[in-house]
Amino acid sequence: MDFNLNKKQKLFQQMIRDFAEKEVKPLAAEIDEQERFPIETVEKMAKTGIMGIPVPAQYGGAGGDNIMYSIAVEELSRVCATTGVIVSAHTSLCLVPVLEHGSEDQKQKYIPKLASGEYIGAFGLTEPNAGTDAAAQQTMAVADGDKWILNGNKIFITNAGYAHVYVIFAMTDKSQGIKGISAFIVEKGTPGFSFGKKELKMGIRGSATAELIFENCILPKENLLGKIGGGYAIAMKTLDGGRIGIASQALGIAQGAMDETVKYVKERKQFGKNIGKFQNTQFQIADLATKIHASRLLVRSAAFKKDNNIPYSDAASMCKLFAAETAMEVTTKAVQFHGGYGYTREYPVERMMRDAKITEIYEGTSEVQRMVIAGALLK
Amino acid sequence: MNIIVCIKQVPNTTEIKINPTTGTLIRDGVASIMNPDDKGGLEEALKLKDKYNAHVTAITMGLPQAEDILREALAMGADKAILVTDRKLGGADTLATSNTLAAVLSQLKFDIIITGRQAIDGDTAQVGPQIAEHLDLPQVTYLENLEYDGEKTFTIKKSTEDGYQIIEVDAPCLVTVLASANKARYMSVRGIVEAYDKEIEIWGFDKIGIDESKVGLKGSPTRVHKAFTRGVKAAGEMFEVDAEEAAGIIMSKLKEKYII
Repeated sequence: MDFNLNKKQKLFQQMIRDFAEKEVKPLAAEIDEQERFPIETVEKMAKTGIMGIPVPAQYGGAGGDNIMYSIAVEELSRVCATTGVIVSAHTSLCLVPVLEHGSEDQKQKYIPKLASGEYIGAFGLTEPNAGTDAAAQQTMAVADGDKWILNGNKIFITNAGYAHVYVIFAMTDKSQGIKGISAFIVEKGTPGFSFGKKELKMGIRGSATAELIFENCILPKENLLGKIGGGYAIAMKTLDGGRIGIASQALGIAQGAMDETVKYVKERKQFGKNIGKFQNTQFQIADLATKIHASRLLVRSAAFKKDNNIPYSDAASMCKLFAAETAMEVTTKAVQFHGGYGYTREYPVERMMRDAKITEIYEGTSEVQRMVIAGALLK
Repeated sequence: MNIIVCIKQVPNTTEIKINPTTGTLIRDGVASIMNPDDKGGLEEALKLKDKYNAHVTAITMGLPQAEDILREALAMGADKAILVTDRKLGGADTLATSNTLAAVLSQLKFDIIITGRQAIDGDTAQVGPQIAEHLDLPQVTYLENLEYDGEKTFTIKKSTEDGYQIIEVDAPCLVTVLASANKARYMSVRGIVEAYDKEIEIWGFDKIGIDESKVGLKGSPTRVHKAFTRGVKAAGEMFEVDAEEAAGIIMSKLKEKYII
């Protein structure tokens, strides 16, 4: 057993850390403040190959593994959680399902463009009345000759508007329940497909989150992803992978807050000494650092399982649950360590605390993760 | 076109540890990086590769772990990597280093040799020019910009203390490059994945075929009188902005601290 990254992964970590420090960190506060999608960063990431890490070279990807992909989301999120989720949603929720469930034609058509970053990807499952209860889909897709007619709304969609390709779920046969849900590939610009209101969010404010509206949206027959009725299984499998991405994001946020805290407590003086000299500070930092390390081990082991084709559904839920709750705890305490300064936007920890919260909610709330973990144990 | 870029692995710290007996650097336990000026030189080579489909070879002389910067060079886009390493080459000063590298380079095909201006560990800026002298090549140092006519002539903007010079030089030649000449590209993800599938050519003492008296500690006339570690200064805050914005930042910092 080896807990070390291999040489390739270490070199990758060196590159992505350098990239994050120089290209991503300087924009983090600004895109949060302005609620602006950092399209220029996406272009730089595309050029470097960050938009197609775990994609085989034959489809124009980098040929990397899921450990590398996880390291990328972690290191980006360490300085900017918005940038981390752009990559995570694009990769885990759009590239991967097309790669794993798409026909050869679909893969040839979409993967090279997505992997090169020419296209951005997104995923639409959540609806106003289908959140955690994802099976309660109301979006309908009706077959009409050689076309599908799509009607319905999807909400809280990451990368909405900026993405060119959307993996969308819809009921094709309501009488079949979850076996009546199918997945589709919908391109931006398809007649009948438009965007609704952009959400104003607590955190990850540079990430574009909006509603997708389908009004008699006409899709070519070949845009069905996988089999008719196979959509729910695709959604669940996709979210398993996505959870590694979000866990990596949470891990990065926690690490970023820890970096800031360590720096601050070594500088900030009260009662004549650095606050890092107080045992209260030391003990709390020790506990938080231990939880961050545990999160990292959980994330890496889930990614390792995915890379080695070992079932990883419960591992993904565990890492997402633990890393998200750790991120929330670390960032909350980081603000506390910073005192009044931490509550201001002069310091990044208040942003990190706002960013951390979403990791307990999206791609399966912490409650859903507990359901998955318990479900695997008690089946 | 064949380009050879000489790169060096250097410790990434202002606190360089020095062996008090030999006066040489102790590299163990210090994070190592590709020397910044050399990275600038590699970027210059890769730009020529992008434009003229040049073949780029990265070469380094050092300990076996210098392989790391060669992998980095491959991941950035170099086509081939050579590691010159041998116990007999240890303890080399600039002359012994340039003797060794010149002996290797004389056996390779090149139109231009690119080196960094100087390494951040020794700061001598001697190895590049010495290689050019050994190989009897025209040399241009302190390169800020390079243009190529696509045939044999390079037009180089050379930085000087009070301005710059424009110099034309024909291949084969040697140039030394400043890190500030360009912003080095990131390793590409695919480049990283593929860098470890490529073979690194190892050149030991026997393969080089050079007189033992010209290399390593024996071939080094430099004797270090005294070496010491300078005091550590806290890192300041860096802003890379234009003059107008810089003035604004300075004003706001002064106001923030109630100095003005």
